[in-house]
Amino acid sequence: MVRIDFNRLRFLVIDDNAHMRRILRTLLHGFGARDVYEAEDGAAGLEAFTHYVPDVVITDWAMPIFDGLELTQMIRQPGANSNPYVAVIMLTGHSEKNRVTAARDAGVTEFLAKPLSAKGLYQRIVNVVANPRPFIKTKTYFGPDRRRNVNPNYVGPERRKGGKADVIRQSSLLEKVRSPD
Amino acid sequence: MAPRKDTAATATYGDHEVITPENKLRTAVSMRPLFPGEEDPVVRAEKALSELSPEFSSWMDSECERLDLARRGVGKTGFTKANKEALFHAAHDIKGEAATFGYPAVASAANSLCRLIEHTPDVTRIPFELVDQHVDAVRAIYREYARSDAKELAAQLTKRLREVTDEFLIHENRDRPDVLELITGPSIAPE
Repeated sequence: MVRIDFNRLRFLVIDDNAHMRRILRTLLHGFGARDVYEAEDGAAGLEAFTHYVPDVVITDWAMPIFDGLELTQMIRQPGANSNPYVAVIMLTGHSEKNRVTAARDAGVTEFLAKPLSAKGLYQRIVNVVANPRPFIKTKTYFGPDRRRNVNPNYVGPERRKGGKADVIRQSSLLEKVRSPD
Repeated sequence: MAPRKDTAATATYGDHEVITPENKLRTAVSMRPLFPGEEDPVVRAEKALSELSPEFSSWMDSECERLDLARRGVGKTGFTKANKEALFHAAHDIKGEAATFGYPAVASAANSLCRLIEHTPDVTRIPFELVDQHVDAVRAIYREYARSDAKELAAQLTKRLREVTDEFLIHENRDRPDVLELITGPSIAPE
């Protein structure tokens, strides 16, 4: 079973509802996390994101000033902030198809529909930490690969154009524990 | 805190790039089994949540009060942008929190109110009685939660509210097939 050493991770919880922030904090501390920061709206969330450089952002959708979707779009700006690849878990009461699609297209890493459960949250965190997806950058999208798997039975045009890679830049894997930032 | 250096590997294709960011979180992952006596983290978190649970009824009280206040705002002036948002958010928060707070049967009535507000193209056409009935239902289901037949009553009440709401929404969206599909379609959110 995959386990996560939560005390090596830094979390940012963004939700305008104080009760939900308290629940999330309680669950994260219960998992073993120590560094849990909070913000109560999208603007404060973006400021906290820049200041604390979290490893995982857990955000609500519906919030004042700007919402979780707009916040995600601001985070997913390559070059505009310190970590556009950060894992973003969208926790929301919205669960309609168009909402899930909009969250995916904004660059959300995982979607977690309320009601919140310890198991559901744990699984999403394990997923973003242990199985991160590559990022795709196109003219209109920057975010985690929206194709979670390859469908061998897919029939239709290949929408991504181009052949083999032109440029590959590889860097060494720095262990987070050795490079505290 | 210091910004992180971008050390992602990038592969460029015809119309897109595939970027593999360095997984700095990998060292937080382990495959080790639990030590003897070590508690599963999910169980530990559930226990922590249950220690918080004595506060849930007062939290639910304040959420219901917030919903009532938003309803009264709409009743006083009719729908405005601000009070529509206040009513929707109050209902939406209850929908999302009710089960976590131990009142899952409250969520459906709150959800029905969210659907009513969200999918009505012109909210000023919503009969205020329908708003009233939803808010009263949410509050009544919560208030009577200790009754042995509370869940059955909640299910009946919510079913009827949902039927009336759907009838209204289908009529109001009769010329909007995409919205009709949304209203009648299932949720696809993962568990």
